[in-house]
Amino acid sequence: MMRRLPFILAIVLTACAAAPAAAERLVVSLSNHRVAITSNFDGENLVLFGTIEPTDSKTKLRQNYDLVVTVTGPRHTLRTRRKERVLGIWVNVDAREFVRVPSYLAVLSNRPVSEIAPPDVLRLEQVGIDNFLLPQRIGPDLADTVPQDPFRTAFVRLESQQGLYQESGAGVTFLTPTVFRAAIQLPAAVPTGAYAIEVKLFADGALVTRTGSALEVVKAGFEQFIAEAARDHGFLYGLATALMALLTGWLASVIFRRD
Amino acid sequence: MQFYLPIADMPVNIFLVLAMGVAVGFISGMFGIGGGFLMTPLLIFIGIPPAVAVASVASHIAASSFSGAISYWRKRALDTALALMLLSAGIIGTATGVWLFTILRSLDQLDLMIGLSYVTLLTVVGGMMINESVRAELRTRKGQPATLRRPGSHTWLHGLPFKMRFKRSKIYVSAIPVWAIGFIIGFIGAIMGIGGGFILVPMLIYFLRVPTATVIGTSMVLTLVTMASATVMHAVTNHLVDAVLALILMIGGVIGAQFGARTGQKMRGERLRLLLGLLVFSVGLRFAWQLVVQPDDLYSLRLVGAV
Repeated sequence: MMRRLPFILAIVLTACAAAPAAAERLVVSLSNHRVAITSNFDGENLVLFGTIEPTDSKTKLRQNYDLVVTVTGPRHTLRTRRKERVLGIWVNVDAREFVRVPSYLAVLSNRPVSEIAPPDVLRLEQVGIDNFLLPQRIGPDLADTVPQDPFRTAFVRLESQQGLYQESGAGVTFLTPTVFRAAIQLPAAVPTGAYAIEVKLFADGALVTRTGSALEVVKAGFEQFIAEAARDHGFLYGLATALMALLTGWLASVIFRRD
Repeated sequence: MQFYLPIADMPVNIFLVLAMGVAVGFISGMFGIGGGFLMTPLLIFIGIPPAVAVASVASHIAASSFSGAISYWRKRALDTALALMLLSAGIIGTATGVWLFTILRSLDQLDLMIGLSYVTLLTVVGGMMINESVRAELRTRKGQPATLRRPGSHTWLHGLPFKMRFKRSKIYVSAIPVWAIGFIIGFIGAIMGIGGGFILVPMLIYFLRVPTATVIGTSMVLTLVTMASATVMHAVTNHLVDAVLALILMIGGVIGAQFGARTGQKMRGERLRLLLGLLVFSVGLRFAWQLVVQPDDLYSLRLVGAV
């Protein structure tokens, strides 16, 4: 056992040297971890505050940090379809399936991501919508394409039009060189479910450290009651809606009766 | 005032939806139709997901046709036997339509199919109505009787077997065309998300020679039953009926229908039919335009499934 100790020590030391010497750590706090969709919900803005702190008292902080916040919503599968003119009318002729892609994707940074790090680092860390893995079903394979692929650009464009995909080089503001805030905008049509927030700190084009947070979008009150009734008790819900229709129709005929 | 719809998952302006309900209700009351062929496209236009629009409009039509059916019932202006016969085939037609709906959706051709059926049906039916009422108008100008209906005139439809007598409507016809009409209405209702009153009424008049006195009431009973059961079916299978959206539409719809009915009663039948024909025809042209003109975006998204 004692003879093995130097060996183990050597492994541990090598491992420590290989890992980035994270002298800084991130401390973040989200303004609200639970977004409730009520009847007057019309989108919500959240604020993520954070600081860059030295891990121990000896570390000296740098001055040129870059920060990227990536928020991803619950995953779903979408088909992107393309129309073409066939016999004078516009018909969907081609489609690609985007498998398990985020229903919401926001990339917020203090300056455009392309200026923060070289392309290979961005690709490896999936920073920016162009570098985010959006797997498509192509034949029997699942693969992401180049960002210029027509289906991929169309998909990102359509999602961006609804405010569900967004990339902003001004989404993160440094209040002091080490204190920052990020504004997360959830549109009115935001999907419900669990959201992950990943915060990545860069300096001189390299990843320094990262941390995460999470938030949840849920229906509350009346909205929750209706949505759950529709999902869990479909038949009773349908019956109740049909009865409501009959009642409305009957009331109208009574109120407006003229004979 | 914005209100978040729990099933459509989006906020809408209550007053806008209410106004749409009143406007479509006015037209439906004036012409004695459900108005689904106007309401479904309008809802899709303001951004409601098409599947939710189709499912929720069903209950809205159920409400307005029930209110209409009650007043026709009081006037004894509906033929229960005929309605039941139409219904028995209508249910089979609806089931077939729902089956085809699912297949076309998986092939990404549902939008095209809906578009094409709207264009064909609306332009043909609208064109026939315009033609018919313009001719009637011309005949009145010449001093001849306006009605085309010749009591006792027979077509080949009257030569078919399985004859039945419908006392209230005073007709004696084969069950085959009755079933065929019921099937067609159920089928296109399921595919297009409409009640089909605007097609059913002319079909009953032209093919079965149902008198105008009972035709609207009977059509309303058929619409009521198919749309109420469609509501339950959509709720069970797709969970896509938005009760809040439906309620706003219903309230607007029944109010609008009352004013529409009053306006309609002041107008001559032929004039009314010309107006309805023009309306149906122009909605058909609108759909044709959409198919022929290059869309703003050649690409569109469709949700396959949440994970």
